[in-house]
Amino acid sequence: MTMTESFVDTSAATGARPSRGATLAALAQRHGALVVLVILLVAGGIAFDTFLTFYNLGNLAVQASFLAVVTLGMTLVIVSGGIDLSVGSVYALAGVLAAYASQWGLVPALLLPLAVSAVIGLAQGVLIGRFGMAPFIVTLGGLLFARGLLQFITDEGASTYLMPGDSPVRWLGSGKVLGIGVPVLIVVLLFLVGGFVLQRTRYGMRLFALGGNEDSSALMGIPVVRTKVLTYVLSGLGAGLAGILAAAQLGSGVTVVGVGLELNAIAAVVIGGTVLTGGRGGVTGTLAGVALLYVIQDLINQSGSVNANMQQVVSGGVLIVVVVVQTVLSRVRRGQSR
Amino acid sequence: MTTVALRRDNLLALTRDYGVYAALVVLVIINLIITPNFLAADNLRTQAVQVVPVLIVALGMALVIGTEGIDLSVGSVMAVSAAILPLYLGYGAFPAILLCLLAGAVAGLLSGTLVAVVGVQPIVATLALLVGGRGLALVISDGQLKDIFNPTILALGDGSVAGIPYTVLVAVVLVALVALLVGKTTFGRQLVAIGGNRRAAEFAALPVKRVLLVVYVLSGLLAAIAGILGTARLTASDPSKLGELIELSAITAVVVGGTPLSGGRVRVIGTVGGALLMQLITATLIKNDVPVSVSQMVQAAIIVAAVLLQRRAAR
Repeated sequence: MTMTESFVDTSAATGARPSRGATLAALAQRHGALVVLVILLVAGGIAFDTFLTFYNLGNLAVQASFLAVVTLGMTLVIVSGGIDLSVGSVYALAGVLAAYASQWGLVPALLLPLAVSAVIGLAQGVLIGRFGMAPFIVTLGGLLFARGLLQFITDEGASTYLMPGDSPVRWLGSGKVLGIGVPVLIVVLLFLVGGFVLQRTRYGMRLFALGGNEDSSALMGIPVVRTKVLTYVLSGLGAGLAGILAAAQLGSGVTVVGVGLELNAIAAVVIGGTVLTGGRGGVTGTLAGVALLYVIQDLINQSGSVNANMQQVVSGGVLIVVVVVQTVLSRVRRGQSR
Repeated sequence: MTTVALRRDNLLALTRDYGVYAALVVLVIINLIITPNFLAADNLRTQAVQVVPVLIVALGMALVIGTEGIDLSVGSVMAVSAAILPLYLGYGAFPAILLCLLAGAVAGLLSGTLVAVVGVQPIVATLALLVGGRGLALVISDGQLKDIFNPTILALGDGSVAGIPYTVLVAVVLVALVALLVGKTTFGRQLVAIGGNRRAAEFAALPVKRVLLVVYVLSGLLAAIAGILGTARLTASDPSKLGELIELSAITAVVVGGTPLSGGRVRVIGTVGGALLMQLITATLIKNDVPVSVSQMVQAAIIVAAVLLQRRAAR
């Protein structure tokens, strides 16, 4: 242990280049999901005529866009070293609130669910940041609370609120611009902003520092509490927006959606190369992770002969392979050089 | 000043350690007053039978959490066990049960290997198994609900001795075994030592990897047992629904029972108290016509309050 650490120190001091193996390992860790995605796209295109069509990929992108919006916030949370289990419930709650408020027009249909999601995120952020509670437990509470609140406002799931067919909200979910679904465009925009925020702003730098070593970043004068609170608010907002978009596409607020969504979101983020221990990761990989999950699902559907239930098995298998490879790669990086 | 502070700390620690029992007592008293027929044998039996699957899963979860880990795969392992059971009942109940247990052990071995040997974070390793395991259960069963006709399994589900259902007896035996394992064996002490400080345990030459492996295997085995009992009670194998979200209830029971998520302590009887408390809260609210939604929000508040209390006491 001491040997390698001192080696790292000298290499940093002398400005020596990291070894080729370590660089490759770092590259694979960062872009592994993208590489697998491209391979699958090519293989799928060769195997199935109906796969690489504008129609099919466009549909797939719209389906994937809701999860993608959720994973953006989740990426921020995980980079900060935390986790947010409440996103699935917040997603469902926001969808129902959007459908309910759509009777008053576009602005309430957006503001009401976003405000509620932000408040849930805020409460979780304060408990985690200010009171130092474990994110896992706090957001587990959030998961139960938001689902309970959702059941409460829908008379125990008995009432379903519909969006008026002519409501402008519905365009957000099912509209198209130049043949591309509006949710997909929103995802592209959000990820551009998210990438910029994470890589180029003070908040993003703080997030990496916090996830890398919370004690050191506190000593460096980083406002730990404020950064954490903001992160959980953003995650809540992401889940809320995703819920609004999904409800807009369906035309109603469905109470049973979003169960287990948090797990898919975490899986996509981890597959995308963001490390669960925090401090390392990025939004591009997350997007590739989301796309990978949906492409696998579509390929299994296309092949027809494979049992549809296999999709979960394959997703679980992919997740295992990815995390094992990531763990081994990060050991290679740590062991050889940095 | 210091004595006051000390007394306050003691009080917090006491609340953390025994709060769950105090809450149980209070809740029972409230129920005696407001819930009609609360002490009726039928009601008590129903409550006990309902809590069994969560309780058994929570026992394994307590061990895993004691090592500073977490096991999200338990619900899916229950489903796999439920899916396997009807396939092999043709060979008799006991071979089928053994196969279910074997499947649970293999699942535990897989997550244990990922955690202990490869060094994957427990939450990710077991998340992969949660996703894959449920899928596997659906593949095995073709997503079908299958009725169970085997008399041994059916008897296990609704038979009883001296008014105590078999499933409850199984749970009691398992609680005693796990309590002995944690309190009286070297393995139990090693487990707690690893959860307290893994590096130190490694330096002390404890068999860290082996202990972790065994802990995850035990969690898998217990989940498989819960799957068998759940199936027996339902008189049908339902791999698509059985054990869904049970990992969250189990974690709640463990944490409310005073086992900290940061590892290094396992409170088995506290876990039983935690499971009973959550069951009783839900039952009380439902029996008194409080909607499920509100009881869910109350549960959320209790989880957060319990952990907040633990944080305070730890300082």
